[in-house]
Amino acid sequence: MKFERYGIGIAKGLSVTIRHLLRRPVTTQYPEQRLNTSRRIRGNELIWDREKCTGCATCAKTCPQGVIHIVTSVSIEENKYKVEKFEVDTGYCIFCGLCVEACPYEALFMGYAYERARYRRGELVLAEEGLLASDERKPSGYAHPEIAATLPKQTLLLDKDRGKR
Amino acid sequence: MVIKTEPFVVNIGPAHPSTHGVFRMRTTLDGEVIVDMEPVFGYLHRGIEKLAEERTYTGCIPLTDRLDYLASMSNNLAYCLAVEKLAGIPVPERAEYIRVIMAELQRIASHLIAVGSFLNDCGAFMTPILYMIREREKILDLFEMVCGQRLTYNYMRVGGVSQDIPDEFLPALDKFLKEMPGWIDEYDRLLKENEILLARSKGVGILPRELAVNTSASGPVFRASGVKWDIRRADPYSIYDRFEFDIPTGSVGDCYDRYRVRIEEMQQSLRILKQAMEQLPKGEVRSDVPHLIRPPVGEAYGHIEAPKGELGFYLVSDNSIAPYRFHVRAPTLINLTALRDMMVGWKVADLIIIFGSIDICMGEVDR
Repeated sequence: MKFERYGIGIAKGLSVTIRHLLRRPVTTQYPEQRLNTSRRIRGNELIWDREKCTGCATCAKTCPQGVIHIVTSVSIEENKYKVEKFEVDTGYCIFCGLCVEACPYEALFMGYAYERARYRRGELVLAEEGLLASDERKPSGYAHPEIAATLPKQTLLLDKDRGKR
Repeated sequence: MVIKTEPFVVNIGPAHPSTHGVFRMRTTLDGEVIVDMEPVFGYLHRGIEKLAEERTYTGCIPLTDRLDYLASMSNNLAYCLAVEKLAGIPVPERAEYIRVIMAELQRIASHLIAVGSFLNDCGAFMTPILYMIREREKILDLFEMVCGQRLTYNYMRVGGVSQDIPDEFLPALDKFLKEMPGWIDEYDRLLKENEILLARSKGVGILPRELAVNTSASGPVFRASGVKWDIRRADPYSIYDRFEFDIPTGSVGDCYDRYRVRIEEMQQSLRILKQAMEQLPKGEVRSDVPHLIRPPVGEAYGHIEAPKGELGFYLVSDNSIAPYRFHVRAPTLINLTALRDMMVGWKVADLIIIFGSIDICMGEVDR
């Protein structure tokens, strides 16, 4: 190809890259600086409300991966189901959130957290006590707008990135 | 004295940085010139079509996220349209608008990666793709705000969307729409007239119009060959007949045209987004759909203009809770069938560019 335009296009492109030297960085130093995630984040691990759960097993039927294992027995005195076992294998969970949406008694929540890596596969299987909400395990606002209103606002790159320095 | 040469076979891939996934090209080279090329698919086969036949209609939506993982929203939309056609489920007005907003944002995000990795393959190492990833990040933030995840959205449902958009979404989208045209201009200043890029991509890997029609290519690859074919116009689905937008086309069908068509499509998507945001009505976002959908016996094909081409889902129902047959018409698999004709006669260095200009996603090709 013959050399036609004496590199005007290249010079134009370089002017853009040089201007970028003067821009603010948009990145964050992750372990030290943390950004707020979405209020509806579908974070690791489910959170289960033992009081509200009736043992209807709608969540287990909805789960596309089949990771929710629930065993119930009929208690004659109280005339309702008693949850014997509620177990979630989070190693196979794809965090689609369908169980949370399907729960008719609003007893399931997605977790408002990330960084839940484990050293052993066995620790990924969570049963009754491990599924309850605590200070570390907060529920997220996914399919629960009343919880979403209480969570901090999500940090957006749109607000952070102010272009020129 | 004449030197005797003979062609020899070189495998490019399956694990090669420029194949964007696990794809193998069995090339026959004569020196540096490609004499023959045979694509080898199937390294990422996960059996998604078979898996889907054992799940409920709603349970298949997370599976469609994992087809073209750079454009999950479009996959969700195409699948939901197919099920709605099959079962005759209406969609509320507001949900239709939210779907269009999401699909167009997804088109911009997918094209940013497509253009960025194409320029990366051309040798503009990392600079353009990082600029584009910055803007894609802003779109992913919006998606995260709406549905809680950044890659596998699982947002659309049969008969609407999973939940309404939050209050802070529309101001953020407005801000994005205001600043995005400036960034697109910056990409153009950066590389549109770059002499090296022009020399490497103009006239390279031409897909002639007739061949493009005969291989049933679609999407930007097809439009770059000069055919004005866009399913949003040719067979309007959802509410696309209410918006005003142009269909950008190329003239020659070379790699440069494909790159330009994608940039221009992003501008058209911004136009659609602006109109959809202004017209967005209030109301319900999900119609009343039973928990387990049992469509009547029959078949349906729902197709949309996904960022990479015509994405279609063919479903057959036998009146049970799971589809009897679930077939995906993946755009990039069909676009790849024209690859050999584009490549033969070019050199190995051009192979990388031609392949990069098709914009493939192996998750969708092999599924």
